[in-house]
Amino acid sequence: MTTDAIDSAQTPRHEEGTNYINAEYGLLSWLFTIDHKRIAILYMISVTALFFVGGIFALLLRLELMTPQGDLFTSDTYNKLFTLHGVVMIFFFLIPAVPSVLGNFILPLQLGARDLAFPKINLLSWYLYVIGALMGVVVMLLGGVDTGWTFYTPFSTTYSNTWVVPTVLAGFIAGFSSILTGLNFIVTIHKMRAPGLTWFRLPLMVWALYGTSLIQLLATPVLGIALLLIAVERLWQVGIFNPALGGDPILFQHLFWFYSHPAVYIMILPAMGVISEVIACFSRRKIFGYKFVAFSSLAIAFLGFLIWAHHLFVAGISVYSAMIFSFLTMFVAVPSAIKTFNWTSTLYKGSVSYEAPMLYALGFIGMFLIGGLTGLFLATLGIDIHVHDTYFVVAHFHYVMVGSVIMAYFAGIHYWWPKMTGRMYPEWWARLAALLVFVGFNLTFFPQFLLGYLGMPRRYHAYVPEFQVLNVMSTAGATILGAGYLLPLIYFVWALKYAPRASANPWGASGLEWHTPSPPTTHNFEDTPTVTWEAYDEKAWLKEAEKNV
Amino acid sequence: MSEHADTAHPALRHHFDDLNQQHAAGTLGMWFFLVTEILFFGPLFFTYALFRSGSLDPSFQNAFIAASHHQNITLGLTNTIVLIASSLTVALGVYFAQTNKKKPLVLMLVLTLLCGVAFLVIKGIEYNQHFAHHLFPGQGFHWDGAPELARGGQMFYILYFCMTGLHAFHMVIGIGIFIYILMRAMRNDFSSDYYVPIEVSGLYWHFVDIVWIFLFPMLYLIDPASKH
Ligand SMILES: [Cu+2]
Repeated sequence: MTTDAIDSAQTPRHEEGTNYINAEYGLLSWLFTIDHKRIAILYMISVTALFFVGGIFALLLRLELMTPQGDLFTSDTYNKLFTLHGVVMIFFFLIPAVPSVLGNFILPLQLGARDLAFPKINLLSWYLYVIGALMGVVVMLLGGVDTGWTFYTPFSTTYSNTWVVPTVLAGFIAGFSSILTGLNFIVTIHKMRAPGLTWFRLPLMVWALYGTSLIQLLATPVLGIALLLIAVERLWQVGIFNPALGGDPILFQHLFWFYSHPAVYIMILPAMGVISEVIACFSRRKIFGYKFVAFSSLAIAFLGFLIWAHHLFVAGISVYSAMIFSFLTMFVAVPSAIKTFNWTSTLYKGSVSYEAPMLYALGFIGMFLIGGLTGLFLATLGIDIHVHDTYFVVAHFHYVMVGSVIMAYFAGIHYWWPKMTGRMYPEWWARLAALLVFVGFNLTFFPQFLLGYLGMPRRYHAYVPEFQVLNVMSTAGATILGAGYLLPLIYFVWALKYAPRASANPWGASGLEWHTPSPPTTHNFEDTPTVTWEAYDEKAWLKEAEKNV
Repeated sequence: MSEHADTAHPALRHHFDDLNQQHAAGTLGMWFFLVTEILFFGPLFFTYALFRSGSLDPSFQNAFIAASHHQNITLGLTNTIVLIASSLTVALGVYFAQTNKKKPLVLMLVLTLLCGVAFLVIKGIEYNQHFAHHLFPGQGFHWDGAPELARGGQMFYILYFCMTGLHAFHMVIGIGIFIYILMRAMRNDFSSDYYVPIEVSGLYWHFVDIVWIFLFPMLYLIDPASKH
């Protein structure tokens, strides 16, 4: 009772129709905002821009691969294209997409908080991201970089004569953006939950973001130092990683993958959180096995740190350590399978409806199943040695990082779009886009499993003629996929102005974010809500809502 | 109501319910940040251990010992004492803030800053000596010991400059933070119910000290008795 009284004394009641978007006007009001919702929008605009930049590189790669001989680009240019595609998509799209856009917007709302714990640090992290991204763009304009997104030494430190130093510094800076976001989320989840919102009443998105943040905090600094050491080695011509000077190239691979394997979970964990929300909402059921899903997020975050050396099976690590890392890698499939099992069990006897977010979520489960199971193939030592550095690996990680994560990102964007903008979106077009993405993606990447199994190596601009049919299929799929990604951009912009207005809770979903108007006011909640119901129990929630009216 | 005073405090940010919540968030945030910092220094310690152990190149074991003989233990020890003293002044500063003693608080903050600057000056003198003796890694590196130890000797100095450089960078940030804290202290911002910024900055400062406590033996005291 005291919080209510204090709250209303402190923050004046907002006039009807005032929200976080129209609270202030002008570019500066956005560039200097410390409102987590506005920062989320800033992130959304910037990651979308970078997504299409990375997408253009992908399209050029697929164009080159239409024919067996290298005809569009020289091999050097091709090297730069796949490097820039990887760097942009991973560091500037996939890592920030779900946490920094959706998490930023939704986390405080789901917690019943007025903002993240450190609003200024939140804005700082966006600026760091932008500085990193701009450095990346400058690298492109200067002529690019050709090391692959993995920056393997000693090529990156000694032999490459492209713009390695600015690229690694861009990654370093973007890394700090990611660390600060994770730090902000963890403290917010610990300290800013609404009264009554105990840990086991939290939406599963929050658990997923918690696991994600832990990884961001614990893994990213290791990459930061590894990247700095590359710069040191290049600038002073010393040999930390260069065997010719007494260094150890495998050391770099250990440091790099100590981050970059868990980084996959920075992408997929929050994506799984989105899927839990969407599945619960559109099957009108509580998530089956809530605690299992919650703890599996933490289990994935933890196990994710113990399996990095599966990227080094052919790099010269000992057979025994390879065996242990192989075993642990398979072990991480357990919590992932628990999640998938619980989502499908939630669907069973649920009253499922197929709005666009749900289509994306179902697509996610399909893609994640393929991506996850082929991960088990790769964890097996013998198979990994056979398909190492082939398109099998490329297909596998695209199924997980692109197929699954972008599906989930789109599921989340559609699901929370009414909350973010106060408008609905055109449902029919959205369903069409979901279908295009699903078909396009599978047509692009399923043939690559076959190509890899047949032995087509990755990162070459030419290949033997036998592989052309599958490559043409892949390029055709990429074209459909491109259309599927472009379509939402068009109808979302349209929807900002012309789509019907959204109510506070258009989906009839549970979760505190639906407890406040669409779009919310700057302070999120007029009165700090008190939570008396379990997660996803929308019947109790509705009763509560009736009492309050 | 005791809480009521908290909710009206000028330092309370709009998104917190009361000062307790704000304090808890700030402190927890710093602890998590320090965890990140451990992982930030961690790879360098790991790299040091890898090369120092000689598991890649057995000659590195002796090379590291030989290289550490070029270190100035007196200056290193002085710096260790300076930093431990500064940790004491920081801790006392927090205590004086908690007990509303402004003048001793300001004094402690000034002493902390002086210690920090002294550390950097001494570090600079050491770096200068290394440059003079051509111990900076790269093209200009010159090794006057046994030639078969030259590679390992250079590796030692790469790690030395990376680790102490990163540490010195943290010191510079820390000095910046404490200048800001000092200005706020002189403005009477702190009192027994609002001192968490000092405590949180102090946590950072202690962390940077502790890093040095590890660096000093690793880089100066590997085997001083074997020097002849
Ligand atoms: Cu991996």
